[in-house]
Amino acid sequence: MRRALFILLRNPLSLIGIILVAVVVLSALSADFLTPFPADRGAAVHFELANQPPDWPHIFGTDLVGRDLFSRIIFAYRISLFLGVVVLAIAVPVGVTIGLVAGYFGGWIEFLLMRITDVFLSIPPLVLAMSIMGVLAPTLTNGMLAVTAMWWPWYTRLVYNLARSEKEEGYVLAAEIIGASKPHILFREILPNCVPAILTKMTLDMGFVILIVSSLSFLGLGVQPPTPDLGSMVAEGAGYMPDSWWLTVFPGLAILFAVFGFNLLGDALRELLGVEQ
Amino acid sequence: MIVLIGVSMLIFAIARVIPGDPARIALGPNATAEQVADLREKLHLNAPVVVQYGIFLRDLFHGDLGQSLYTNRAVTTDIAQFLPATLELVFVSGFMMIVLGLPLGVLSARYRGRWIDTAIRLVSLLGVSAPSFVWAVIFMLLFAFYLPIFPIAGQISDTIKLPAVTGFVMIDALIAGNLAAFFDALRHIILPAFSLALAGIGQAARLTRSSMVETYEKPFIEMARSYGFMESRIASHFALRPSLIPSLTVIGLDFAALLANAFLVEQVFAWPGLSRYGVQVILRKDLNAIVGTVLVISAMFLIVNIVVDLLIAFINPRIRLSQRPA
Amino acid sequence: MTSPTLRIDDLRLSFRTWRGLTEVLHGVSLHIRKGERVALVGESGSGKSVTARIVLGLLQELKSSRIDGVVEFEGRDLEKLSAAERHKLRGTKMSMIFQDPTTALNPVYTIGMQFREVLGRRVKGISQRQARDVATAALADVSIRDADRILASYPFQLSGGMNQRVMIAMALANEPSLLIADEPGTALDVTVQAQTLQLMRALVERHQTAVLFISHNLGVVREFADRVYVIYKGRIVEHGTAVGLFADPRHPYTRALMEAVPHITGGGIPEIDEESAAFSAPMAVHEGCAEPGASA
Repeated sequence: MRRALFILLRNPLSLIGIILVAVVVLSALSADFLTPFPADRGAAVHFELANQPPDWPHIFGTDLVGRDLFSRIIFAYRISLFLGVVVLAIAVPVGVTIGLVAGYFGGWIEFLLMRITDVFLSIPPLVLAMSIMGVLAPTLTNGMLAVTAMWWPWYTRLVYNLARSEKEEGYVLAAEIIGASKPHILFREILPNCVPAILTKMTLDMGFVILIVSSLSFLGLGVQPPTPDLGSMVAEGAGYMPDSWWLTVFPGLAILFAVFGFNLLGDALRELLGVEQ
Repeated sequence: MIVLIGVSMLIFAIARVIPGDPARIALGPNATAEQVADLREKLHLNAPVVVQYGIFLRDLFHGDLGQSLYTNRAVTTDIAQFLPATLELVFVSGFMMIVLGLPLGVLSARYRGRWIDTAIRLVSLLGVSAPSFVWAVIFMLLFAFYLPIFPIAGQISDTIKLPAVTGFVMIDALIAGNLAAFFDALRHIILPAFSLALAGIGQAARLTRSSMVETYEKPFIEMARSYGFMESRIASHFALRPSLIPSLTVIGLDFAALLANAFLVEQVFAWPGLSRYGVQVILRKDLNAIVGTVLVISAMFLIVNIVVDLLIAFINPRIRLSQRPA
Repeated sequence: MTSPTLRIDDLRLSFRTWRGLTEVLHGVSLHIRKGERVALVGESGSGKSVTARIVLGLLQELKSSRIDGVVEFEGRDLEKLSAAERHKLRGTKMSMIFQDPTTALNPVYTIGMQFREVLGRRVKGISQRQARDVATAALADVSIRDADRILASYPFQLSGGMNQRVMIAMALANEPSLLIADEPGTALDVTVQAQTLQLMRALVERHQTAVLFISHNLGVVREFADRVYVIYKGRIVEHGTAVGLFADPRHPYTRALMEAVPHITGGGIPEIDEESAAFSAPMAVHEGCAEPGASA
């Protein structure tokens, strides 16, 4: 524990990462109390306040129909984080299990599973998600589905490589000799040794899910209005540059802020847990 | 090859789970039942899925991706029209990624722990921490609006007319011997290409750094030090080449990311590439066009990966000498 | 009397860690005369490898290390030399052989290319032809006759023993006056190791090269060295001629180390309780083995 603290505190970047993530997560959780205009998260309209530059009490300015940008950004965080958690909660177990099985059993199982994984990996993630979103209706659920579909193969590949090298280790052989069951070897022997790498990747991926989701909605293929979303806010504001710069700049920086935080934290974890890239 | 067939099946499968009748969607609400039936017949939508896939493969083999329901032209024609602009953007961007990302990573590893390392790590992390469209709008605001150094949008000034030979504007300009047009195009491409490249630059720098740092731990580097080679020479000569092997693989993947992210940047800079077409056909559920676009992008991606494999084989004697095609 | 090739006096090294400053060398003194083969023996972690790296100046660049004491090379205090002058010594006047020959050679360059780099340290801009001639001669010295094939190979194409010979040839090609051998060949088969050591011994005898031989293997040391220093937990505990020390080990640790030799599998590394009297036993110096100019 002291060692962990030493490593984290020695590097100021890790500390910044922890703070950024804490700010994003806490503000998203307490959005209802924290934001000055919680009602603006939805389809509220205040034309008399429309398109105002940053000033008190609208510190980030207001959007085209007069909603408080700051409040909308915080609520957008909440949705982004929720999406991130759900995507990882589905993609990680699926990807990890497939990777473990392919890496450990080898043979035709490995061939089949890894070729399928390769297929998914050989379509650029965003394009895959776009085409799934394209054929389905662009809703929150479908967005999660699309992003999850593109996410699991990365975990498969990560765990597959780890499992392949781990299965050569003495402890796996030992477990096989004493006749441990396959699931036991997979999940109780090999998996724990992959946890640091998985954990690190998950932290980094929280940031990247936010990034991808915002990219989808930037193209109009993601979360639909009036639900606040950072990507669609940027897209909407892009047409009003440079005069209404706050419409694009603040949501854009908000994405940067959150993803940067998760990246810093992921890097810190990587260093702490000794995971190779 | 197996992968490419798999990709075609996957894309085809995605395209066929579309809810609703694509023929109906394509023709709009005012079409008669007869028209819809006609179109269904024309698109082989009444045949079993396996047969549909067979027809699709057969046509694909003949270079036929079918008609776009949106532009009413062959999908291949549409793609041939929009793809060069996207590729031009991606190539310039990829070039930036390599010539900026790799040296930054080397520098960072060489001076690891010093301020220059911290600075490079911070910048590259910032680079990967925002989607390309955010950089695009920020750069546009800063360098096209506030400081009007670069043009706001487009691929080339409207006043310049060039004969389209290759479809790549910059190359066409050179072929036409029109240097003014070339520099005009160059000015247009810098902001979008850089916004697009930033994530890749960051990623390449981060990876090169980490694999360099790993290489620095190897005994052969200590041996080089024991022979008194200069640190700069150790970095550029002894450590770089072994380190490139892992980082090149990922640069290949990043190239693919460029292709996808080009969609985002093209939207911001009104770049006349595949993006607008792609988004339009997706919104209109234009089956053939979606399948075609995704297939072409995936094929580009595979080509890039093959090139990367060849490059790795070139710098890694272990693979080169094993005489097996990568 | 001319100054020894290498003289180390009261060398101390500490690292900054999360627990604070940790001293790993507590005042090590040793010397090697021209053409002498001196062994530094101890278990892993005793400080023998770091001593070698300090001599070469490889640890000084580490920000977290603190080094005190004197290291003299051919009568010149290395601390007082400029960085450039120190740099010039490495690879020309002193060189090093590493534990695992296969990983110590760069995997992406041929042996020939690496040889040329090394030779270029002494002769700037050496031509390809010249380099090949010198390398061929150096390889012949280590009984490699098909030099052309070896020079065109990559390290991974050669056996460990072959790489070991290549590394010895490379280390001696510039005719250094000091060769540091850090557990040479520990990663190899015992028979291959013995062969290459014999080769190395013949070569250094012929070239009158001083050798600092670092090892945990007393059997190998007995074969190879003229004089032996035993190092334990960052201190020299015994110093004597190879003959004298093996005939009459005086420090409790040396005796423990010798008793440990035959047990290849069991027991392993001897350990002395830090509280016991044996641990604080004074350094045992054999007759006629005083440090030259110590505490001068």
